[in-house]
Amino acid sequence: MIAELVIFIILGTVAVATGVAVILSKNPVHAVLFLVINFFSVAMFYLVLSAQFVAFLQILVYAGAIMVLFLFVVMLLNLTGAIESVQDKLPAQKWVGLALGIALLLEAGVVTAAGVFRQVPAAPPPSPNFGTSAPVGVKLFFDYLLPFEVTSVLLLIAIVGSIVLARRRTY
Amino acid sequence: MRIPVDPSDWLILIPEFILLGTAIAILMIDAFAKAASDRSSPWISLAGTAGAIVAAVFLWGNPLSGFGGMIVNDDFGVLVSTAILTGTALAVLISVDYVRREELPAGEYYALILLSTIGMLLMVSSANLIMIFLSLEVLSIALYVLTGFARMRPRSQEAGMKYFLLGSFSAAILVYGVALIYGATGTVDLQSIADELISPGVLGNPVLLAGAGLVLVGLGFKVAAVPFQMWTPDVYEGAPSTVAAFMSIGSKAAAFAALVRVLIFAMGGLRPEWLAAVWVIAALTMTVGNLVAIAQDNIKRMLAYSSIAHAGYILVAVAAANRLGLQSIPFYLIAYAFMNLGAWAVVTAVTRKGEEAVGLSDYSGLFWSHPVLAGSMGLFMFALAGIPPTAGFTAKIYVFMAAVAADMIGLLIIAIVTTIISAYFYLRVTVIMFMERPAEPPVVTVPTPLAVAIAVAAAGTIWLFLFPGVTQSFTDTVARLL
Amino acid sequence: MLPAHYYLMLSAVLFTTGTLGVLIRRNPIIMFMSIELMLNAANLAFITFSRYQRSLDGHIFVFIIMTVAAAEVAVGLGIIISIFRTRTDINIDDLNIMKG
Repeated sequence: MIAELVIFIILGTVAVATGVAVILSKNPVHAVLFLVINFFSVAMFYLVLSAQFVAFLQILVYAGAIMVLFLFVVMLLNLTGAIESVQDKLPAQKWVGLALGIALLLEAGVVTAAGVFRQVPAAPPPSPNFGTSAPVGVKLFFDYLLPFEVTSVLLLIAIVGSIVLARRRTY
Repeated sequence: MRIPVDPSDWLILIPEFILLGTAIAILMIDAFAKAASDRSSPWISLAGTAGAIVAAVFLWGNPLSGFGGMIVNDDFGVLVSTAILTGTALAVLISVDYVRREELPAGEYYALILLSTIGMLLMVSSANLIMIFLSLEVLSIALYVLTGFARMRPRSQEAGMKYFLLGSFSAAILVYGVALIYGATGTVDLQSIADELISPGVLGNPVLLAGAGLVLVGLGFKVAAVPFQMWTPDVYEGAPSTVAAFMSIGSKAAAFAALVRVLIFAMGGLRPEWLAAVWVIAALTMTVGNLVAIAQDNIKRMLAYSSIAHAGYILVAVAAANRLGLQSIPFYLIAYAFMNLGAWAVVTAVTRKGEEAVGLSDYSGLFWSHPVLAGSMGLFMFALAGIPPTAGFTAKIYVFMAAVAADMIGLLIIAIVTTIISAYFYLRVTVIMFMERPAEPPVVTVPTPLAVAIAVAAAGTIWLFLFPGVTQSFTDTVARLL
Repeated sequence: MLPAHYYLMLSAVLFTTGTLGVLIRRNPIIMFMSIELMLNAANLAFITFSRYQRSLDGHIFVFIIMTVAAAEVAVGLGIIISIFRTRTDINIDDLNIMKG
């Protein structure tokens, strides 16, 4: 319990700090790197929450593949400079956004403080291999076969779409 | 050995499989026989869509569910799917010459239209929040690409960018709502959620309410309800006209089907909680959509605000959440598919290469050079305004009746007043076409496929007025689900 | 185990951060990363609920959301590249040929 609390505080601080850093960075490259750290710390939480398979997916797919793609595009387009010119044409939007964010946060606080999840019994995982690839895979290919198949359509669209958008030659 | 899925479950998805097969065939022909593909793709996709319609009708009256309740094939779903497939078929027809004129890559264009339609159909029949999210993404990601399809035109790219950012933003909000609902009820299956809601402990759970609110916001973006409509005018204006036509039917119909399933089928027990929110959104959507439409000089932006306003009327039926409301939603969507695509077809005919000639002034005196084209446009404008003898009139009457039956007199009054206001800008188009007689009338060519699409849309618009009962017997069975 | 609301609160904070990022930033790449942050927060909530309800469903949802995110990234970056080919800056408010 104490160990978990310590881990939670350390990783939670890292996650929140890097999350805030992402949205405040002037330089997109820094933002990408902060986001990678954020994904890593969340992956650690997954391990604590007995979701080993998802934790590794998070590191391999999210932090690995997706963020590299981001980094690649930022570098390719040489977006590192201050593209975000200071002239913000919608200053009001920032304050609206801030107010909305605080409202959201308050709501989240109320929701959790309402104690709905306070009494959740901290039962041990139903089986020692809960969250490893075997039970997750069985679940995926039996109960969730249809969503799995539909993701293949999604990936086909992504392939066709990104090729159409990014290819150079005109036709 | 355990079989993952009962093989007969796949039968429910025959329309989707036909579309998927057609899309892959088009991509293959495009890869290996480029020249043949440019000519044949629209006709292949039309054949595929027709096959899907036949399959969908074939499944009619067989309420089945499959994949552990993830997919349901009820009459409500089949009717909304028919609206979507009608929209797809007409959109393909109006694309034939447009794609050639704008020199868009034909193979990918039609394949993405069909793939997006798959997402729409899946979303209509999903009875599971994760399937709703996934199919929403299938349809949206294809639409992001299609919106930015005219890569040589900066406006198209920018519209694609805006649509993409706001669309993914709304999807992220939706998925967080799904997470909260999952936390509160322990399930994402709509039927199980409805069962869970019987227990009072779940009903008052603030987490559930927050989740439902976020899902409402996420779907509100997709149906373009105020205050989540800000992307609509820019996207409709920037996107290729045919794509705007396609998405104004398909993504709206699919999102409304999901909204009905989530709010009425799954969370009917929470109606006292969500009614106020839907009421306000519906009232705002009708008012803002119609009022801002008056100020538009660009026909594409005007139609965008018109589509926002129509979402408001359908939301009235959702808020009513009664038998009549449930019957009127599929009818409204089918009628809207005909009249709105008809209007977009005329817009496609009048615009010139590079999306020029989209101002209202470009329609001045159209009647004197192209009487049939202008006459059809007048018919579609009448229908969108809800003036008889058109399907738009019948659809609005159904919605008003649903509002009366649900005792929502305030919303009914707003709906009627905004309908009267909307007549102004719809009729203005008609007046411009008929009354003004410019020295040199606009020169417009109407290729045959486009003419066929306009004729079909016009016929459908009048046919549904004369025989609204065509869908009545089917919508009766819809109401049994309540 | 810590009570679930520790993790849920963290997830809510991350989600709010992402939402704020989308609302206050005008750089599409950063806005896009903020959306990834929001999806990540949803994933954390799913895994937490999954653990405390002792069911694996949430893990599947995270798997699906990751796939969706990957598809979104591919298409989104494609759009950014195609815009960048024709103009050199991509500040969403500069995209002002059309009125907001």
